[in-house]
Amino acid sequence: MEQLCDNSLGWSVVSQNKMVVYALIIINKAGGLVYQRDFAEGLNKLSINDYLVLAGTFHGIHAISTRLNPLLPNDTPSTTSRPLPPSGIEVLETENFRLQCFQTLTGTKFLLFTEPQQPNIENIMGMIYGLYADYVMKNPFYSLEMPVRCEGWERRLVREVRAVNSR
Amino acid sequence: MASSQPIKSPMGSQSQNQRSSQQGLKYPSNGKTIYHRPLNRSRTQELSQASFAYLFGEMVSYAQKRVTGIQDLEKRLNNQGHPIGLKLLDLLLYREPARSQTRPLHIIALLQFITTTLWRHLFSRPADALEKSSNPDTPEEYMISDNEPLVNQYISVPKEMNQLNCAAYVAGIVEGCCDGAGFPAKVTAHSVGKGEEGELWPGKTVFLVKFQDEVVEREAFLGR
Repeated sequence: MEQLCDNSLGWSVVSQNKMVVYALIIINKAGGLVYQRDFAEGLNKLSINDYLVLAGTFHGIHAISTRLNPLLPNDTPSTTSRPLPPSGIEVLETENFRLQCFQTLTGTKFLLFTEPQQPNIENIMGMIYGLYADYVMKNPFYSLEMPVRCEGWERRLVREVRAVNSR
Repeated sequence: MASSQPIKSPMGSQSQNQRSSQQGLKYPSNGKTIYHRPLNRSRTQELSQASFAYLFGEMVSYAQKRVTGIQDLEKRLNNQGHPIGLKLLDLLLYREPARSQTRPLHIIALLQFITTTLWRHLFSRPADALEKSSNPDTPEEYMISDNEPLVNQYISVPKEMNQLNCAAYVAGIVEGCCDGAGFPAKVTAHSVGKGEEGELWPGKTVFLVKFQDEVVEREAFLGR
């Protein structure tokens, strides 16, 4: 049983009974879109320009949200250990999908679009980050901060996410 | 910035002086250098694949500088591997049990040594296949296949360079081994994966070993 619903943002989502990972977006530390891929039907396709705008806008909002972070009452600057940087937006939820954001220590952001009730998103994110660290960062033909075009990464990513989606 | 520089520069030159006074061979404080270690301690020595991947990635990037083309790049990778093959031949023969410590005298013996002993030492598994060319015109050609070369594990070659196979480095090692054993050869690495979706071994690589004519001639003479 599938139903089609539109919301004001213009995303149309086919909700199914199965839990699925819809799409992955990777944003480099300057806010540029370096990777975008859909894994399952469910999200409307945007034009490549819109994806670029989405990446840039999210990057900006994320940066501002880190500055909203309130200081803890007993948060005294310590000389021995540096506190973790404020995380900024981690989850953004709509009725029909959930956007999970994971920022690496170097400022690369992974945005995962899933169904709202998708379990184990952290694990899926960790798996994707692991694949990225292996098959993108260890590839001598990849130049940093540039769009990701690595066949080995693509192949393994699709295989792993497909396994998650068919679970 | 400008005011801090005069303060910084004497310190910089001082540390440079210190460094230059320490130049030359460095010895560990206990006096044991790498030459003092036993050559046979090998069983459990494994290295991190990630650190190797980073090192090899940098080797490829280094070889990529100032090259004129893909063949030139493969030649450079091949040259980087060659001395390793030469030395590994000696080392691995030394580690063999005393009975079989002799240098291989036939092509087949040599190639079997390469596909089993050398491959096991480098990649901790034997090569996947060893074939002789079936073409009667090229009796000097042999093929070693590896379904998933360890050096290529994390490497995706961009489309515009699809003739490149970074396992040229391994080909260099094999070539060094053949040369050292007295079987001069040219070894090249070729990708044979078709790039189709759902392929079992997309990174399959064939090392084409092309012995020089005199090797084949000698082999025919010895064979009788």
